[in-house]
Amino acid sequence: MAENGIIIKAVNLTKKFGNFVANDNLTFEVRQGEIFGFLGANGAGKTTAIRILCGLLKPTSGQIEVAGYDVYKETEKIKRNIGYMSQKFSLYEDLTVWENFRFYGGIYGLSGKEIRKKTGYLLDKLQLTAARDKIISSLPLGWKQKLAFSIAIIHDPKIIFLDEPTSGVDPITRRQFWDMIYETAHEGITIFVTTHYMDEAEYCERVSVMVDGKIVAMDTPRALEDKYHVETMEEVFLKIARG
Amino acid sequence: MRTILYILQKEFLQVFRNKVMLPIIFIVPIVQLLILSYTATFEIKNVNLFVVDMDRSPASRELLGKFEGSPFFRIVGYAFSYKSAEEALKKDIADQILHIPQDFGKNLDKNKKAKIRVTTNAIDGSAASLMSVYAISIIMDYNKDIIIDNLGLSGDPEPIKMTFSYWFNPELDYITYMVPGILVLLVTIIGMFLSGMNVVREKEIGTIEQINVTPIKKYQLIIGKLLPFWIIALADLALGLLIARLIFNIPILGNIGLIFFVACVYLLVIQGMGLFISTVTNTQQQAMFLSWFFLVIFILMSGLFTPVKSMTSWAQIINKANPIAYFIEIIRMIMLKGSDFSNIKPLFFALVFYAIISLSLATWRYRKVA
Repeated sequence: MAENGIIIKAVNLTKKFGNFVANDNLTFEVRQGEIFGFLGANGAGKTTAIRILCGLLKPTSGQIEVAGYDVYKETEKIKRNIGYMSQKFSLYEDLTVWENFRFYGGIYGLSGKEIRKKTGYLLDKLQLTAARDKIISSLPLGWKQKLAFSIAIIHDPKIIFLDEPTSGVDPITRRQFWDMIYETAHEGITIFVTTHYMDEAEYCERVSVMVDGKIVAMDTPRALEDKYHVETMEEVFLKIARG
Repeated sequence: MRTILYILQKEFLQVFRNKVMLPIIFIVPIVQLLILSYTATFEIKNVNLFVVDMDRSPASRELLGKFEGSPFFRIVGYAFSYKSAEEALKKDIADQILHIPQDFGKNLDKNKKAKIRVTTNAIDGSAASLMSVYAISIIMDYNKDIIIDNLGLSGDPEPIKMTFSYWFNPELDYITYMVPGILVLLVTIIGMFLSGMNVVREKEIGTIEQINVTPIKKYQLIIGKLLPFWIIALADLALGLLIARLIFNIPILGNIGLIFFVACVYLLVIQGMGLFISTVTNTQQQAMFLSWFFLVIFILMSGLFTPVKSMTSWAQIINKANPIAYFIEIIRMIMLKGSDFSNIKPLFFALVFYAIISLSLATWRYRKVA
């Protein structure tokens, strides 16, 4: 484990695609158990950064540690300790809820007993036990999203990366989803979430705002609102983005 | 190992739950086998012959009688001008014109020499040469009769007699020749498309990302992805062999186990190619197009329809890297000649070599990290 509760540490993280700089010298730290919001407009470079932290993409340069492991050399160890939920839903639409849990639990190396126990617990928490044997494609979007989140934490990761987890769902479901995030954070799991919904940013303990591949602001939502003399994160974001 | 089992379980669930894929996997190959085996034939029966008999002599009638009696010819029309026969050829009513000029019989009697003309529609070159050969052999036969009857030669007009024996396919049955090759196509299509398409599909729906973020090992994923379709393709081969035996009555002289043994290795070559294609494409459409591109070239050059030995030398060199050609040759040898392992050894090891290459390429290209 990383020293003094720092679980993600990035120093000058840079990613270039040819001449295009997607991430320009990002430096930030995330503490264990924190809900860290990674904000930015579409195309600001959020997804690129999250993919690097998850070990799906190699950075061009910079010193990056996730859960105490180096992203250049120890990606497999990082993968054991993180969960990931992407913009696209990662569930198999043609399998049942249980079959999805079993598959992901299985490839994370959980035993059959652990998978059953964990699935029972997570479904119970979502109050979706009745949907256990339903095919995913027959479920409403909000349910799928919660299930995808549950599957991302089936192996008890230390950090969970959520890449725009709430895009395309209604406000009530979003609210419920955030309740779930809070609960998970309470259990000591670090939440690293990207979003472009500024109301969601208010739920984060700390946020960073990215514009054109650079982090231009990073603090608690309250501190940022005070700094820019506005009431909401939405206004903060508009002020920052307009420069 | 457990990880691989979880992948296998998931893949089989998906295949057997897919109401569109399941029939594609098990019924399409059977239909393919039944249809292709009966239609992909070069045998020509019922050549449509148009007769222009300007002579109408006993001699010409005798010659025509020979054509009429042949199972290969069907006389579709008679005319007294060559023009109307040409018309029939243009309209595709006739494939061939037999033109017997005036005084054919008289010339034969007096000058001991006569001419006839055979005109063949040669759009399909190989069919045309076959039709010509048929016609020539009938005319030769008639020629022999004349030598014996008219010239009153006693004894044998042919000092050298030729008899033919056709080994391994004594009836020269085209189906016997085609079915083993079509079996190869069948497992090739399953092997190449299903495993490659499967990976690209996961790319499209985004689940591959979720898998890549797990600590799963590359080899586990590749085995998990290839093994289901490897098994399905072998099951298809078994089904195909059963049909070949029961419906087409194709002899299986060699060891069936040997066929499966070779198929096991062959499928790895093909699946490796499919997987490689899936790593360089992002959509099923791209993968489909690329797979077809290679497949069509490989199939046409494979010797399934036309003998490899009659291809130009550069094509034969390219064929050295054509896995389909190897397996077609091997399966024909085993089924029709009863070859054993020592006979097919060099071909088999070539397949082993290509299996190693194609799997290594696919594994090397497959990346969990971009």
